[in-house]
Amino acid sequence: MTQAATAAEPRTLAPPGRRLARVTANDALGAYRLISAHDREGPLEPRPGQFYMLAAAERWGGGADERPYLPRAFSYARARRADRGALLEFLLEAVGPGTERLGSLDPGDELALVGPLGVGFRQPEVGTRPLLVGGGIGTAPLVCLADELGAPRVLLGFRSGAHAEAARLFERPSLATDDGSVGRRALVTELLAETLQDEDLPAEGLATTVYACGPPPMLEAVRTICAERGVPAQLALESGMACGFGACFGCVVATRDGYVRLCLDGPVLEADRLQAVPE
Amino acid sequence: MSWQLAAGGWQSGFELCGVPLRGPVLNGSGTFDAIAARRAFGDALLEQFPFDAFVSKTITVEPRDGNPPPRLWETPAGMINSIGLPNRGLEGFLAHDLPQLVELPVPLVVSVMGFSVDELARLLSGVGERAEVAMMELNFSCPNVETGLVMGAEPEETEAAVDRLRPLTEKPLIVKLTPNAVDPAGVAEAAERAGADAVSLVNTLKGMAFDPRTGRAWLGGVTGGLSGPAIGAVALEQVHAVAERVRIPVIGMGGIASGHDAREFLDAGAACVAVGTENFRDPAAGRRVAFELAEPQALPVRD
Repeated sequence: MTQAATAAEPRTLAPPGRRLARVTANDALGAYRLISAHDREGPLEPRPGQFYMLAAAERWGGGADERPYLPRAFSYARARRADRGALLEFLLEAVGPGTERLGSLDPGDELALVGPLGVGFRQPEVGTRPLLVGGGIGTAPLVCLADELGAPRVLLGFRSGAHAEAARLFERPSLATDDGSVGRRALVTELLAETLQDEDLPAEGLATTVYACGPPPMLEAVRTICAERGVPAQLALESGMACGFGACFGCVVATRDGYVRLCLDGPVLEADRLQAVPE
Repeated sequence: MSWQLAAGGWQSGFELCGVPLRGPVLNGSGTFDAIAARRAFGDALLEQFPFDAFVSKTITVEPRDGNPPPRLWETPAGMINSIGLPNRGLEGFLAHDLPQLVELPVPLVVSVMGFSVDELARLLSGVGERAEVAMMELNFSCPNVETGLVMGAEPEETEAAVDRLRPLTEKPLIVKLTPNAVDPAGVAEAAERAGADAVSLVNTLKGMAFDPRTGRAWLGGVTGGLSGPAIGAVALEQVHAVAERVRIPVIGMGGIASGHDAREFLDAGAACVAVGTENFRDPAAGRRVAFELAEPQALPVRD
């Protein structure tokens, strides 16, 4: 079922319509929720960094300000083969009417979804070592990427110990928290700068490629740090989207080549395509 | 135009402005990018194409980047967009987009907008002569830089523009009406008098939102267009008013999300319907609406 649109583009094609997946679990993970859904009709192997547009099948609308109306974009955290279909996992934090409604789904409820969408992370070049850098909810797409890469180095940053519970989705990550309750009291980008500093003479001659996802100020710091050191970086960005498949033109971000639709040419962009990560 | 239930869908022989269509469900211009969708969905999109005719995103003479982000705001039962008509321009459209749109399994309608009647004339003759194009749609929701008036806001402006543009193409000409006019039915009548073959409505309603954190306009383009179920009742009234006053076919749209919604527009006098914002929520919305419309209990039988 898995098809690549082009050999160069890490994209698994989506079925051309919205479908229903049954929620199998919705568990607290510290400050976040980890929602699992059984997708019987979608492809079994989305690419790390790709995302799904999610909406609750029932009562989508009628929340605060009579919202939500539009589906919400979520990178998948993990996808596993299940009995007839795939089991998709999404990490979310309730921050508005859409995430609140999704966070309230019970096992057995139905999730309306479209996906996988967008272009995921490109594989590291032969002879390079991946370094994953995640901040907050942006750690989600790095979970499946880490699984695929086979225990790469992972640096994670969180606001608090409750948020840092999401680090349990990774094997032996290096941790930083804003309040120092877990790991170092530091920004994850400080860990990144130190790690790259230590590698001025790359071990075994292996150059590093950075894979990052997190809030815009963090990604901008990652971009700057990597640019100063000539380290290639792939950044998974976020932008408000209505559709997720290039129809609405709402999610554009400014690149050196003008606006690109993040849902179509991203959400993963090479850092050097950006003058700056938009706020 | 007659409507009858035929096995498996609409009666064979159904047409819009002489162009045979397999059914009555179009997309609203700018609410579905078939080229982008093919990248996301592959050739399955062509096998399960959601519309009975495809209306392109609006093109202009010169390429446009569109408005600065943010471009979207969610509202109760709808959204405001301030996209700003990004497109490759006439030459880019002909060289890059048209060859891909030709591969779609349904007739192609090309939507054009100009900042003057001269620009519209260039677009109409540049695109209208192409055999791959079945119909042309004039997006009249834009200020005419020569007069300062929105072309589709006043009957006189509309009639003068269509009168000059009509002879430039042999293709059926659809005039897309703005709901932000004092008398949309008067504008529709003017378009009909000047030789338009159909009218489509409604475009988005003007709207605005403020950033609760800063108290400033949220959208990069300051104001935008409201769409979705939030505007359904307004759209129905305007479609009804227009259909009472013109004999040419009316393409009705505004918040259509189901076969039931589509049927209301047909009951209001529309010959065809278009699905717009619902495409964002479900890329197969057009197919779903067509299917629900063709359900025997949902289908209006008209002679």
